[in-house]
Amino acid sequence: MSQTMLADRTAQAVETEAAITLDHVNKWYGSMHVLRDVSLTVAQKERVVVCGPSGSGKSTMIRCINRLETHQEGRIIVDGTELTDDTRALDTIRREVGMVFQSFNLFPHLTILQNCTLAPIWVRKMPRAEAEELAMSYLRRVKIPEQANKFPGQLSGGQQQRVAIARALCMKPKIMLFDEPTSALDPEMIKEVLDTMIELAESGMTMVCVTHEMGFARKVADRVVFMDRGEIVESGPPTRMFESPQTDRLKLFLSQILRGH
Amino acid sequence: MSGTADPRLFAARRPPRRRISLSWSDPVLRSLVWQVVIIGIVVAVAWYLISNANRNLAARHIATGFGFLQNTSGVPIGESLVTYTPGASTYGWALVVGILNTLKVAVVGVVLATILGTLIGVARLSQNWLLSRICAVYIEVMRDIPLLLQLLFWYGLLQVLPVPRRAFHPVPGVFLSNRGILFPLLDWKSAHSWALLAFAIGLVLTTLWSRHARRRQEATGQRPPVWPVALALLVGLPVVVWAALGAPFHLDLPVLRGFNFHGGGSMTPEYGALTFGLVIYTAAYIAEIVRSGILAVPHGQWEAAGALGLHRGQLLRLIVLPQAMRVIIPPMTSEYLNLTKNSSLAVAIGYQDIVSIAGTEINQTGQAIEGIAIIMAVYLTISLSISLFMNWYNARIALVER
Amino acid sequence: MSQSQSQGSIDPRRIADVEPVPAIAGEVATPVYHRAQPRVGGLGPLGWARANLFNSWVSTAVTLVLVYAIARIAIAFIDWALVNAVWTVPQTATGPNTARCRDLMGVGACWAVIGEKYRFILFGRFPYEEQWRPAISILLFVGLYVVSAMRRFWRRELILIWILALAVIGLLMFGGVFGMTYVPTDEWGGLPITLILSTFGLALAFPLAVLVALGRRARSLPAIRLLCVVYIELIRGVPLISLLFMASVMFPLFMPEGLNPDKLLRAQVAIILFAGAYLAEVIRGGLQALPKGQYEAADALGLSYWQKTGLIILPQALRLVIPPLVNTFIGFFKDTSLVLIIGIFDLLNAAKVAVAEPAWQGFQNEVFLVAAAIYFTFCYAMASYSRGLERQFSRSARR
Repeated sequence: MSQTMLADRTAQAVETEAAITLDHVNKWYGSMHVLRDVSLTVAQKERVVVCGPSGSGKSTMIRCINRLETHQEGRIIVDGTELTDDTRALDTIRREVGMVFQSFNLFPHLTILQNCTLAPIWVRKMPRAEAEELAMSYLRRVKIPEQANKFPGQLSGGQQQRVAIARALCMKPKIMLFDEPTSALDPEMIKEVLDTMIELAESGMTMVCVTHEMGFARKVADRVVFMDRGEIVESGPPTRMFESPQTDRLKLFLSQILRGH
Repeated sequence: MSGTADPRLFAARRPPRRRISLSWSDPVLRSLVWQVVIIGIVVAVAWYLISNANRNLAARHIATGFGFLQNTSGVPIGESLVTYTPGASTYGWALVVGILNTLKVAVVGVVLATILGTLIGVARLSQNWLLSRICAVYIEVMRDIPLLLQLLFWYGLLQVLPVPRRAFHPVPGVFLSNRGILFPLLDWKSAHSWALLAFAIGLVLTTLWSRHARRRQEATGQRPPVWPVALALLVGLPVVVWAALGAPFHLDLPVLRGFNFHGGGSMTPEYGALTFGLVIYTAAYIAEIVRSGILAVPHGQWEAAGALGLHRGQLLRLIVLPQAMRVIIPPMTSEYLNLTKNSSLAVAIGYQDIVSIAGTEINQTGQAIEGIAIIMAVYLTISLSISLFMNWYNARIALVER
Repeated sequence: MSQSQSQGSIDPRRIADVEPVPAIAGEVATPVYHRAQPRVGGLGPLGWARANLFNSWVSTAVTLVLVYAIARIAIAFIDWALVNAVWTVPQTATGPNTARCRDLMGVGACWAVIGEKYRFILFGRFPYEEQWRPAISILLFVGLYVVSAMRRFWRRELILIWILALAVIGLLMFGGVFGMTYVPTDEWGGLPITLILSTFGLALAFPLAVLVALGRRARSLPAIRLLCVVYIELIRGVPLISLLFMASVMFPLFMPEGLNPDKLLRAQVAIILFAGAYLAEVIRGGLQALPKGQYEAADALGLSYWQKTGLIILPQALRLVIPPLVNTFIGFFKDTSLVLIIGIFDLLNAAKVAVAEPAWQGFQNEVFLVAAAIYFTFCYAMASYSRGLERQFSRSARR
């Protein structure tokens, strides 16, 4: 990804309305303050990778974006709609935001095809034939169309995660969230999932991805955000973040995960 | 990460309060509406039923309220732990007798069922194929036949026992007749009380000795013998005290005089059948619980302990049983509760427990609602106490996890 | 080791297989000889006996004592039940002459009582000519259980099969249509009552239990949660007898003037309330066992609460708890015997009453044994099925 193309796209992104805006978001678990004054703006078609040590709040932040967790203070605006307790707003947002989980969370009692068509049929009220066609096209895109009638338990981890990506894509979301998508995979299957995610990124999807895969971040991310202990410590383009980290905390983190690489 | 304490543990600010908006898409409003509607329906139905009940009770001239507890009782009670005379004692007192009768069955039943059940459960795991199979058959048969049928069967057997003059005499001093089961009772003298006291002191001393033994083991590695000392204190000491005070040992044997027995201890056929039936039924369930508790300890634990050099006794005491107990105790206490609830079947074989007596009172006074409320209150108290104990025990022994 | 040396030292008769070892660079392939491992202590049944019955002094003693005890009991039982048993008694004008049975009481079983009374035990006081109706109902029940047990039928259509079967059974028992005479519920009795109380109890309590289990877990609806908790703890804390008493003496008080609900219906309602609480706890266990990720994935896809519950959560949770559900049903099946105490003629009560008449008094052991055998057959079949299911489930979960 050349610097000019990156600059082009970032400029494009700034012009249009931001996809996700987090404005001084605070979250407490009981009395534990887990997100402190988090402010982040993700532009349309921007790819953001969030990294940080475990317990830094990165998963919590991303789960706040589609209201799997609730924030107590601050504002979150997704695709122009503010995220409040209002269930109408919530329904709108969940339709436009797709999520891929660390533990895949496929529905084991449904076939792959049924997993993918479930939400389009019941939430977007699509007719079954149309939904199945849509699902097959995405299954082809993630390169496992032949598994459509199998059950999740019959697939490998890498295949299951790709199905999970297809399932989220079937809702035609504007934004995709990834919560450590490759952390539960055996090493030989990580590549196939990352390739899928790279292809998705190159097609122009807005993505926020929590991951430890620094190679992926270097290749695809427009911006890397480093979080520690509930706050955003540093953020910037991947090359600068990895080669010349500014803060001590980021330096320490990089030394721990890039050890030996 | 950097060595300082995690600042998240110290709350800097409090979370702000929420506001409710008045539109259907506010989940707080929705949940309030749902709750009001459903509770409203329940209350309306209850109101309808209660007003019907009031009308019906008035029409049949039945009193309401618990005042009847102070009226003289006409309930005949066959056996009771406290003095009770129909025609003189009150209904309330009759209920107390009933509760005591229930507890008499429950406590004895729980103790005996636990002992029998544990033995059978352990035997089920034995290497001896025959023993293991017989225990399996016993457990399966007991669990697949209704308890009421079993109780009626045992009661039927006891009823065909001969009259006292021709009573069965399996062991000297024990008589089985259709008036009851009689057994010899120890003539309790002061020497026995002193011996009991000596036993209690021995218990305290044994605890102290084992604590001392543990401390010695931790300090020097050598463990002074515990079992011989415990035996001496718990058995030897009371025996010595008893012998020193004259060693009285007189058994009050039941003796046939005329048409019935005198002396000795006795239990009615009803109590005998009920307790026996409950014990062997519940023991089957307890055996399964004990067996699955022991099997629940992962085999790796046995292997690791063995590899460390522990021999079977230590292995059981230090590694397997503590873990097995965690799995065994919760279902065990629920079995105890089941035994207590099952004792209510006494009404079918004529043993007067709380359900039977309350039922008779309902028949005599017509106050069904109060009577059933009393029955439920008694059992709820017992079951809630057992639940509370269980929660306390679970919290105390819970494995500390991340 | 050279070829000639190795060949000379091995008895060719003990060669089970000769497998050439693939050659590693530089080495010559040598044949590998192996034979079956001999069992410790000898082969065949003697070896097995030595390992399992006589492997220590204590074990040997136990085996001998048990064999002796079993032999004694078995011989005594066979004597009573088969050798000295009376199979028929002569019929006189005034009824059966049970003198021979009475003479042998305690020595030989009087199976004649079963021959005389089996219809009463099985069908109660149902009119004699119409007893084919409860008989067919029993077969329908058994068929229903068998069909529900087969995995092939675990689909939505199973609910329709249940509704259809229960409706047909209701029609058969009540009658009044298609030329069958109407038979009121107080003339029903025996095995059909046991089956009706337990099966209708389970079928009608199931939807109630699902709602209560969901309500118990609804953290955003505290009042409903409290209601469900109170219901569950109340029912589970009191014995079934108290609920049956409540049904037989209290329910009439709550009904409006003149409405006198049928006794069987009252007992059925009590059993439904009882079953609902226990089933709710079983279902709640399944809901809790489901990984949180399933709830989250359904939420993330935008499904509403009822869509999530109906499409994702319940299908998985219910499948998880089928073994404990079957075990709970076995408990209900046995518990229906308690309606004896409020005067309803289930199988146990019919058996008890069958020997109440003077001619057959005193032969309750025989009828109780037969009733026990019937209960045992049903319960053992269901228990074995549930154990088999549990084994299957744990095997597939470990994959």
